Amino acid sequence: MSETTAHLQAQAQSGQHHPIRLYLVVWGLLFVLSAFSYMVDYLGIQGYLRWSLILLFMMLKAGLIVAVFMHMAWERLALVYAILLPPLLVLIFVALMVSESHYTIFTRLAFFGAAS
Amino acid sequence: MTQSVQTQSNPGPQPAGMRGVAADFGSDQRAFKTASWGKAMMWIFLLSDTFVFGCFLLSYMTARMSTPVAWPNPSEVFALHIGGQDVPLILIAIMTFVLISSSGTMAMAVNFGYRRERGKTAVLMLATALLGAAFVGMQAFEWTKLISEGVRPWENPFGAAQFGSAFFMITGFHGTHVTIGVIFLLIVARKVWRGDFDTERRGFFTSRKGRYEAVEIMGLYWHFVDLVWVFIFAFFYLW
Repeated sequence: MSETTAHLQAQAQSGQHHPIRLYLVVWGLLFVLSAFSYMVDYLGIQGYLRWSLILLFMMLKAGLIVAVFMHMAWERLALVYAILLPPLLVLIFVALMVSESHYTIFTRLAFFGAAS
Repeated sequence: MTQSVQTQSNPGPQPAGMRGVAADFGSDQRAFKTASWGKAMMWIFLLSDTFVFGCFLLSYMTARMSTPVAWPNPSEVFALHIGGQDVPLILIAIMTFVLISSSGTMAMAVNFGYRRERGKTAVLMLATALLGAAFVGMQAFEWTKLISEGVRPWENPFGAAQFGSAFFMITGFHGTHVTIGVIFLLIVARKVWRGDFDTERRGFFTSRKGRYEAVEIMGLYWHFVDLVWVFIFAFFYLW
């Protein structure tokens, strides 16, 4: 990763040429991260620690796949922003649906009781 | 090569950073200066697919958060009985490793493609397809097991009824993507093997000259399938 920006730019323009070692290292990292996220379940970690570890390993894996395997790290910023920023809007949808879910379970408990 | 000459309309270094973003989007004819037509289109398709899977995971979240009935514990539901004891989530873990390995072989196939090593590229793509098929096979096994245990889209013996519909919808749609990817891989691998990208043989459908970039575009799709699995694994199986 010590290559200069100009060198990377030149690479990007002539197709993606990277040393095979880079892919093997990322492959290994993805294996280790997957093993870690499996261990979260295997060891039975619960609560906020479980959720934050799951999210941490998920984001690290997703970042490695997009940046290296999908070559996003060597694309120009215009493409990076055009593709990676819109999915962030899903987070607003998440906030809306969390609020909606709270309301739904509130009405279910209020009108049907806890058993239904 | 002719295309890359055409697209580099302004000679000299292009500005970097935010200035580069503004210059690219404000420029003539095309915004994505280094990504070809095909690559940009694949990325935009993947963006739309991101929203599809995003909506599936969101509806799963909504169902799980809004039911007063306890959600089935995936750690127990997906456990396998091996050697006299239940190993939690073991099949899902193996599926995850298989899919990550297929992403690794795909990334190397793209690399050898740009080195114009036809044989290695085709073999690595076939290995990717094989791992993908193994993944779908294990998923079929998992579906069979759950269905035989009485899991249906409308009910299941473990807890909240919405579990089944979320499970079949999300893993089914992902499995469909993997299956389509395997078919797509076999088609591109055949083209590589035949030397279409060395002789620039024109495609039967698009009539465009064959280039090794097709392998990279295929790779984008395949890595996306792996990427979606990362999120499904985290939110559906581990949460």
